[in-house]
Amino acid sequence: MAEKQLLLGDEAIALGALHAGLTGVYAYPGTPSTEIAEYVQSHPLTRERGLHCTWSSNEKTAMEGALGVSYAGKRALVCMKHVGMNVCADPFMGSAMTGANGGLVVTACDDPSMHSSQNEQDSRFWGKFAMIPVFEPSNQQEAYDMVREAFDYSEKRGIPVLMRLTTRMAHSRAVVTTGEVRGENEMHLPANPRQWVTLPVNARVRNRQLIKDYATFEEDAAASRFNVLTDGPDKSLGIIACGIAYNYLMENFPDGCPYPVLKISQYPFPRTLALSLVGMAERILVLEEGQPVVEEMLRGVFPTSVKVLGRIDETVTRDGELSPDVVRKAVGLDPLPSFGASETVVPRPPALCQGCGHRDFYTALNMALEKYPNASVFSDIGCYTLGYMSPLNAIDTCVEMGASFTMAQGAAHCGVWPSVAVLGDSTFTHSGMTGLLDAVNNKSDVVLCISDNLTTAMTGGQNSAGTGKIEAICEALGVEKAHIRTIVPLPKNYEEMQRVIREEIEYHGVSVIVSRRECIQTLKRHAKK
Amino acid sequence: MKKDIILAGVGGQGILSIATVIGSAALRQELHLKQAEVHGMSQRGGDVQSHLRISSDTIHSDLIPRGGADLIISLEPMEALRYQPWLAKEGWIITNTTPLVNIPNYPDMEAVRASLAKLPNVIAIDVDAIAKEAGSPRSANMVLLGAAASVLGMLDPDKLRDGIRSVFMRKGQEIVDANIKAFDAGLASAVKR
Repeated sequence: MAEKQLLLGDEAIALGALHAGLTGVYAYPGTPSTEIAEYVQSHPLTRERGLHCTWSSNEKTAMEGALGVSYAGKRALVCMKHVGMNVCADPFMGSAMTGANGGLVVTACDDPSMHSSQNEQDSRFWGKFAMIPVFEPSNQQEAYDMVREAFDYSEKRGIPVLMRLTTRMAHSRAVVTTGEVRGENEMHLPANPRQWVTLPVNARVRNRQLIKDYATFEEDAAASRFNVLTDGPDKSLGIIACGIAYNYLMENFPDGCPYPVLKISQYPFPRTLALSLVGMAERILVLEEGQPVVEEMLRGVFPTSVKVLGRIDETVTRDGELSPDVVRKAVGLDPLPSFGASETVVPRPPALCQGCGHRDFYTALNMALEKYPNASVFSDIGCYTLGYMSPLNAIDTCVEMGASFTMAQGAAHCGVWPSVAVLGDSTFTHSGMTGLLDAVNNKSDVVLCISDNLTTAMTGGQNSAGTGKIEAICEALGVEKAHIRTIVPLPKNYEEMQRVIREEIEYHGVSVIVSRRECIQTLKRHAKK
Repeated sequence: MKKDIILAGVGGQGILSIATVIGSAALRQELHLKQAEVHGMSQRGGDVQSHLRISSDTIHSDLIPRGGADLIISLEPMEALRYQPWLAKEGWIITNTTPLVNIPNYPDMEAVRASLAKLPNVIAIDVDAIAKEAGSPRSANMVLLGAAASVLGMLDPDKLRDGIRSVFMRKGQEIVDANIKAFDAGLASAVKR
């Protein structure tokens, strides 16, 4: 039954998947993707049907769990932020080789302009890399419709589908008309069991098939209702607009775009449609969020007489997200009259909350390290990365999930002392445990700190996989019990905290310090209940 | 007919409840709506903003172009100024006057007031004081919405009151009443000016 609802792009994906007969969502929280799994978790259909919806330890375990669902013939959705694709790259690439049995949709939410991320990587590259089709909705309704179609397509072609969203698609609301609710698939094992064992003897056969299939995926994209070529009277320019770039284009032409436009929402990029557009216009402007994926490809497709404009020649800004203003400039329109920036305004960067346990931990750590001028502090991804900001200035590095524990070991090997690492509880179970095992085996001279706030805080307070298990995990991985120390980060404990930190610095082996106090945001929420 | 609104504030101030009420009122009138929000790292005490667009016609972009905003509604005075480049020449700023100082280099308040005074259409009110006076100290954001209602045009105050009722209904009649009182106090303070 058709119903109208006001949904975030993320929520439209979640509801589309539920209505498509989802059996499980597999995800690790990450902005701007978190609300997809959260929506599934809170939806009545999830309880009614007993769908899988608990958070995974990381994106790799999420992708693998979902691949198991697909193997069993049922439908699974995997969700992550763009950098999560790096973590699940191994099973993602593998899933192209196994193919999908039950519908398998992987949603990657990119964050151009890095609102809440460490880079701008464009997930469409992963689709091309793995030879997996990519769907990129341009609005909330399309997000709902496309995810439903993606599950059907995945089963029809026996291949996972990558859904790519960007921040403004993920975190913007609009009204969505929903469709019928489909039931779950019955369990059924793959008809092609060989394909699921990727020994070279099988993988070679599968690879040749996949190469052939990829050509079919491109033909499908050329025929897709989501890829539309519209003619226009002014042939001086043709425009290719991918995903939400289409909206920014149309925003600037309220009475209709005068140029021929190719709207792209399904990949592999359909070269035949692009060549039709070239038949209409000799200069082509490419508008795409993220990196110049389509633009780079076109330079090898079009005759050299065709001029391609886009990010590479900086007709569109080389980095950062698109906006109505960026696109306005690219199509040669003057900016709207405006006031310009106020000189009174100063930046207001995010900061650790008042009363946050990370603050107290860093304060004590800074005091303890005062007499060690050569100390380095390797940190990680989470709220506690904000310990970099003034006045704490407490950390020296932040690269990716888990890098703190392992970089500290490499540096210690070179003589950096004290070599201190700081990560959060959720990052520890995401990607820190294997690094801790390395430290034990290397007998590294490091102090590894877990600032445990009992939640995945930065993304809004989701359950953390290691809650209640942290010390037991460390002990099981071989850290000596006497050097697993637990402290409570509060101002009244600064003296004791410093003493513990100094004692473990002076111990020339692997130490783990667990600094534990609940996140004040989740504490407030629990107090209200 | 359209209204493009930028809602501004500091992470944790609760600008989204204002958006939810306007959104609810707009949907009851079968208007088109798009609302882009900021989640994630900025919510930790940084500057946050939401682009809210309502229109009788199809809305394409989730973001408002520079020079396109009909209103900037801000819970914090410097944050109102941050989005000045988005304000249309004939657009309105409706802002709280109480600064939220969580940075060491917050500008002099005189400079903030002077910058606001340079703009043609500004309603600056102390929403916390008005909320307290109205007996609804926890509904300061509805005071601000009330003040904005005086220039919102296509959504009249009654529609917004209906929006408040539908958004806060599940929290009980008392909460609904407190929010309506705050809204009315904000509207009255803006009309008086």
